[in-house]
Amino acid sequence: MEKTVSQIDYLGMSGWGKFCYRARLFFRGLPAAFLSIFTVLIPKLARKVWGAVKGFFLTLYNAMAKGDWKTRMSFAVMGTSQFARKQVMRGIMFLAFEILFILYMVVFGGAQLSLFGTIGRRAVVESETVSDFLTGDDIRFEKIPGDDSRLVLLYGILTMIFIVAFVYAWYANIKSGFAAQQLEEAKQHLPTAKEDFKTLADAQYHKTLLVGPLIGLVIFTIFPIIFMIFLAFTNYDVNHMAPDKLFTWVGWKNFQALFAGGLSGSGGARFGVVFGKLLLWTVIWAIFATFTNYILGMIVAIIINKKGIRFKKLWRTILIMTIAVPQFVSLLLMSKMLADGQLGIINVLLGTNIKWLTDPTLAKFTVILVNIWVGIPFTMLMVTGILMNIPADLYESARIDGAGPVRMYFKITLPYVLHVTAPSLISNFVGNLNNFGVIYLLSGGGPNMSMSGSGGAGETDLLITWLYKLINDKKQYGMASVISILMFLLTAIISLVVYNRSKAVKNEEDFM
Amino acid sequence: MATSAKQKKLRSKKVVERSTNAVIYVILVAISVIWLFPFVFLIMQSLRGELGAATNYFFPKKWTFDNYIHLFTQEGVKMNGTVTKLPDGYNFLTWYWHTLVIAVVVTIVQTLIVLVTSYALSRMRFKMRKPLMNLMLILGMFPGFMSMTAMYFLLQLIGLTQDFSIIGLILVYVGSSCMGYYICKGFFDTIPKSLDEAARIDGASRQTIFFKVIIPLSKPIIIYTVLTSFMGPWGEYMFASLIANGSAKYWNVAVGMRDMLQREMMGTYGDSFQRFCAAGVVVSLPITTLFFILQRYYVEGVTGGAVKG
Repeated sequence: MEKTVSQIDYLGMSGWGKFCYRARLFFRGLPAAFLSIFTVLIPKLARKVWGAVKGFFLTLYNAMAKGDWKTRMSFAVMGTSQFARKQVMRGIMFLAFEILFILYMVVFGGAQLSLFGTIGRRAVVESETVSDFLTGDDIRFEKIPGDDSRLVLLYGILTMIFIVAFVYAWYANIKSGFAAQQLEEAKQHLPTAKEDFKTLADAQYHKTLLVGPLIGLVIFTIFPIIFMIFLAFTNYDVNHMAPDKLFTWVGWKNFQALFAGGLSGSGGARFGVVFGKLLLWTVIWAIFATFTNYILGMIVAIIINKKGIRFKKLWRTILIMTIAVPQFVSLLLMSKMLADGQLGIINVLLGTNIKWLTDPTLAKFTVILVNIWVGIPFTMLMVTGILMNIPADLYESARIDGAGPVRMYFKITLPYVLHVTAPSLISNFVGNLNNFGVIYLLSGGGPNMSMSGSGGAGETDLLITWLYKLINDKKQYGMASVISILMFLLTAIISLVVYNRSKAVKNEEDFM
Repeated sequence: MATSAKQKKLRSKKVVERSTNAVIYVILVAISVIWLFPFVFLIMQSLRGELGAATNYFFPKKWTFDNYIHLFTQEGVKMNGTVTKLPDGYNFLTWYWHTLVIAVVVTIVQTLIVLVTSYALSRMRFKMRKPLMNLMLILGMFPGFMSMTAMYFLLQLIGLTQDFSIIGLILVYVGSSCMGYYICKGFFDTIPKSLDEAARIDGASRQTIFFKVIIPLSKPIIIYTVLTSFMGPWGEYMFASLIANGSAKYWNVAVGMRDMLQREMMGTYGDSFQRFCAAGVVVSLPITTLFFILQRYYVEGVTGGAVKG
């Protein structure tokens, strides 16, 4: 059990004490928060899904049991109930969608789904010359293209999404038909097409607004994620390159290969070992990158903000240059400036030959250092804004009570800033776990690992940059998908735990 | 006696104050030097007349604008007196144009999408609101790169790679932009609900409220959204390199400039690095200017986002 103090004791604490107390609660609660994903969150989600499924079938059952013939006809011919009740616009839309769906499935979707079981059947037939065994003449066979496994997978998933959309439309059609029937029985007015349009600009305006963004979300985010999850169960790699060769389902083999080591065509890469090493480095990197930026950025903001320091705007503007100049320009330039020996201007000016980016250990420090250079201005801006928002009467009353500047700093400023910015730490941490730009443009993940069969991974590679290499250079699509699924689980669990904890601990009224 | 002791104390306090300030000034000057050093170096190198990848001094000995001119005329890279022709389609002007078109279109569409999504999620209450917000939170945790492979296949399928890579890139950048609603929604949440209610009593529909009440009050956040959505595609590397599939004709500035640097690092001792620096200056100028003009709004967005958490 967490040891908690009473409300009165809590209110009696100083600002700093309150913060420490909350931080202690936060960390003590982490294991419990982790467990609560399984004991609270997942059951809650399951209950919600179960409720939705129950609602779905209940609506269908009600419409079937209590519906008149028009509503019941809607089960087969979408829009019947609406047509029969003079809601022509709605009827046309439902019917048109049904016809479109059936046409699609007959002409195209059905065939694609039948190929989905093996991800394509016909392999490419190479062109060859065979001599006819009767006449002895040469007969030439042209190259016949086979199924492209990538496309089969793609169309298969798109068809499934379409089917889900259709089921939803079918359900909506029955629901709306039944609702129309009930309105009719209650002798109430049925909305006409014109009124329907009007509510789309008013009570139902969110539908109008969100339809475009959500279509984009489905096509460009949800669909690719489903595709990726499916890929993890295939043997799509350098030996099975579509469109020339078919790839197929292999079940959990990729997952096993990651932990047991060894995968055909990977050149003996020990994925498990590399994965472990990179995972460790990714977490270390994310922790350091987040906290160094946070602490140093806060210090810089506070000293610039100190009373009596002049040219405040100038100092800030200089720092903001890193945000204003596109990051890829400064990072690429940095990678060049930190080059070895006479090639790198920093070594030249220091008169040294420090292997900033080519020494395995030093490179790790270098990327964190450069990340500080990139990140401090962001924290500085954020903290500056907050410092200006601290209510002046807090300081006023502290001064009346005889507090000095140091005391005021530790009792008011620091707790206030920490309190307000703590949530941004979480999103920064998650962002740093997947910080492609800084690592890839700066060190390119290098220097390469010295162990044999490292799968192209370098010492400063994060999991995300290693993924990029696995796909672009090594063409290990299946394995890359497995790794991204694991990365997702890692990020999701960390953020859910931390997010829930900070929400539980945060007390918003403290400073207001 | 008592007064002089007090004065002494005051004076010593002043001395402490002054010396801390002096230390702070030293730190600030050091920081400024570190932070400005790369940018000064960039400008110096872009004006360097001597050939070669690196020099062992900071300020160029021969000043010239040739690097900028060569960047746009696409003159071949000079190497030990001979000129090596650049590969086909190696054209900075084209890359610049691509990037600009993409960034402008993405900015417009993305700003619209973000505003619209934020309004719906902030002002309207409907059954799917909470689930939708949770869904977007979870989707944001998938590593972006893997979905890019799938998107690449999808775009290839509808023929939007290579020759139509501009359209493809725009679609990809805009596609999931509704997930960036967070900061804008936070801003909308701070606009008092009583304004909506007053308008509704006057008979305004939700649509009217959005256009006539909310949008006119949202200037800071609109500018913030415009600025961040412009900066995104302006420096995007990952997907632009994937979709061009190695053919220089379809690159954007980020991909092209990384290649300039690789080319130079492979040991071609020419003026490739100087051109890279010139390109860096040309690429940074518009965005940096824009940023400094609109800085105030950017700061508001960053701070507001942090406070909303």
